[in-house]
Amino acid sequence: MEIIKTHYNRRSFLKVSAAAGGGLMIGFNWLMSCAPSDEKGTLAMPDEWFDINAYLKIGNNGVVTIYSPNPEIGQNVKTAMPMIVAEELDVDWGNVLVEQAPLNTIKYKRQLAGGSQSIRQEWKTLRIAGATARRMLMEAAAQKWQVPVSELTTDKGVIKNASGKTLGYGEVASQAVSVEIPEEVQLKDAKDFKIIGKPTKNVDNKKVYTGQPLFGLDIKREGMLIAMIAHAPAFGMRPKSVDDSAARNMPGIKDVFTITTLPDGIEPQWSDVNAFKELVVVVGDNTWNVMQAKKALKIEWEATSELMSTEGYEKALSDLLEKKADKPARMDGNPDEVFKKAAKIVERTYSAPFLAHNTMEPMNFFAHVTADGAELLGPIQTPEQLRTTTAAVLGLPQEKVTVGMTRQGGGFGRRLYGHFGVEAAVIAKYVNAPIKLVYTREDDMTQGTYRPAYKVKYQAAIDKNNNLVGIKIRGAGIHESPVFANRFPAGAVDHYLVENHSLDSNISTGAWRAPRSNFMAIAEQSFLDEVAEAVGKDPIDFRLELLDRAATKPVGERNDYDAARYAGVLKLVREKSGWDEKKDGVHRGVSAYFCHNSYVAQVLDVVMKNSKPVVQKVWCAVDCGIVVNPEGAKNQLEGGIVDGLGHTMYSEMTFKDGKPDQNNFHNYKLIRNSEAPLEIECFFVENGIDPTGLGEPGLPPAGAALANALYAATGKRLSTQPFAKSELAIITM
Amino acid sequence: MASFNLKINKKKYTVEADPNMPLLWALRDVIGLTGTKFGCGIAQCGACTVHLNGDAVRSCSLPISAVGDGEVVTIEGLSENGDHPVQKAWEEVDVMQCGYCQSGQIMSAAALLEKNPNPSDEEISSAMNGNICRCGTYVRIREAVKKAATLK
Ligand code: FES
Ligand code: FES
Repeated sequence: MEIIKTHYNRRSFLKVSAAAGGGLMIGFNWLMSCAPSDEKGTLAMPDEWFDINAYLKIGNNGVVTIYSPNPEIGQNVKTAMPMIVAEELDVDWGNVLVEQAPLNTIKYKRQLAGGSQSIRQEWKTLRIAGATARRMLMEAAAQKWQVPVSELTTDKGVIKNASGKTLGYGEVASQAVSVEIPEEVQLKDAKDFKIIGKPTKNVDNKKVYTGQPLFGLDIKREGMLIAMIAHAPAFGMRPKSVDDSAARNMPGIKDVFTITTLPDGIEPQWSDVNAFKELVVVVGDNTWNVMQAKKALKIEWEATSELMSTEGYEKALSDLLEKKADKPARMDGNPDEVFKKAAKIVERTYSAPFLAHNTMEPMNFFAHVTADGAELLGPIQTPEQLRTTTAAVLGLPQEKVTVGMTRQGGGFGRRLYGHFGVEAAVIAKYVNAPIKLVYTREDDMTQGTYRPAYKVKYQAAIDKNNNLVGIKIRGAGIHESPVFANRFPAGAVDHYLVENHSLDSNISTGAWRAPRSNFMAIAEQSFLDEVAEAVGKDPIDFRLELLDRAATKPVGERNDYDAARYAGVLKLVREKSGWDEKKDGVHRGVSAYFCHNSYVAQVLDVVMKNSKPVVQKVWCAVDCGIVVNPEGAKNQLEGGIVDGLGHTMYSEMTFKDGKPDQNNFHNYKLIRNSEAPLEIECFFVENGIDPTGLGEPGLPPAGAALANALYAATGKRLSTQPFAKSELAIITM
Repeated sequence: MASFNLKINKKKYTVEADPNMPLLWALRDVIGLTGTKFGCGIAQCGACTVHLNGDAVRSCSLPISAVGDGEVVTIEGLSENGDHPVQKAWEEVDVMQCGYCQSGQIMSAAALLEKNPNPSDEEISSAMNGNICRCGTYVRIREAVKKAATLK
């Protein structure tokens, strides 16, 4: 049992008024306060709610509402985070309702969806929230019974004393609110978990499957207008003149105007990435009418900076790969020397295109700006950053801006960059009415904030005894090099060199699910396969030997991984996939990667059907410590694998004179049902370590497992993404 | 502007709108049924799938003037209590991640099973190929369609 001091986030546990209906949450609105999640629809609502702390309230009938603090983008934290609170509170999960909390930086710590960090960073806080509440309820019961609290036990929301009497949480909740907040609380032993570790269904299943309004695009308010924007058609352009005479007179149109969303003098934050700050805006009564008026705009655009084309930056990146960096990002031993003396050198260059996020729900946001302040509501991964920028742009103090989060139709990093929320606020202020800003798919896909185009050159030196003695890695990318200097196999090779280059561009880039790792895993893990072959070793044996070296006699000090956990997932996937038995007609590839604090190894089987490769099965072994919700965890991994395979295989953004060649799903291919693996099976290492996230780590290894399996199937090493562009036929069922 | 009498989920609605307005926007903006989603607007993603006389159609590309007196069913009208076999199967398999594509997926699956109660793996995949799931829940979607077939 772990005893934890509660003081480090005491503000979350300050008592609040026990007003019925939840005086706790500010800025509530119809979307959040509609009947909370009740899968079975059978829970009786209490007559009165008692706010115990920022994370939960208890009804007089024992029903519990748990607030999920972080943005829900499909990573399923809206189920997993409340599960952690419920565990320590010791309630029946069937008695729990879940509500999304709005942004509140006083009550909550890190309301951000990014870096697969929600569970990892909030694990303790959520447990303390539940445990503190449980303790206060027990103390209230102890006072009632006049017995020491140490004689009490709890189970499923019921407190029991030594003589066998019981009180439900709902019966003592009104007293619990006035109990002193305990200085320290006991957390459960993992072996006593009843909710954590149990496959638990998504709390919004029922609402989504019956079409209830949950998403930003579903928001409707009295008097709300629809706004759409036109941004420049090419990166490096801005509007020069606008002829809106036709558009203005079209049915339902209220106004047409031009805005600047980040005026000079406002210091941009990291989340303010935006290539198009000047926008033409059309506001009207419904989406279709506004879309039509937008088409009727006659806008002249002018170039203000270079209009880049794919050919141009591709060549520039290739040139950078031939250039020595001024200073290496990492150097161990004497790489030049061992390469000079090498018996064999293996070399390959990998490249990948820009990618759009393409969240299924296009960018949108609701805003209402009045003399009293601004109300923002919608899909956003960074509500706090959105509030900061909006307050600055509107010239309002932070307290006058509220930000609520809807359920989000995908994130993948795109909604870290909340320019659309700021735009909504600026438009709402201009028209002096509540508005919902809606991007079309075309607006969204051509707006930028892309996964950068990357290249990396790998070289391996092999000595006359067939040992890998040196590795050189040189990376180049738009705005950033993809290479992580201190990741595996750094630490496992005596002579090691990493060099980084980046190329400026007015094509905007941002974090895209597993940034940099989404490319590096494919390059590194394909390359290691090729080196394993060159030294005549089984690809898993070869990786395990390197990891053993890193564990027992590491090279250098700053190695960003735990070699034993890395090896653990490889061993697990080897066992589960039956790697060592060869199967006729089945071509296998392996891959392992560590990012966002979790370790993942995959084996992927390809069979050829009518001379086309089909992904028959993927085995996925994972070490993310304690698995909070195995069902949600598996779903994330499956999605990561499908996402990784799809983008490696099919997707790309290309440009001509700054203009994207792709703008919707007819010319930007996303993986479809018949192209996804027939089967995916996941396995978890059980080690009781505090949990880490899974939103991203399942994705990076998949593309490399595919590349390695396709090599086994065809004898071709694929290194240029998207693979479907090579002569190799596409995977399909 | 013109006036249209639409039959949606067994109810009658009179909609005053541009005859070219796609059914999707009439549903979402005029009638207020937002379960049907906007994903692409060009019949490529399936997020907007509804039933027209029992067929799965992309409502983003169907002008209201073309609906006539056809029977439209949206996700909100698929079942009275959210207990259509496909909805139940989706819950049992815990299909969704972000959930945004799922009403379209469910409508495509329900139309498939209505015509073909026991589809093969290939038939499922080909019927569901018009519905993109950016979150990659395809394996679960196939499993849920198979489960729904047994719940019928
Ligand atoms: S919105 Fe209709 S198919 Fe995409
Ligand atoms: S569940 Fe997110 S797009 Fe399908």
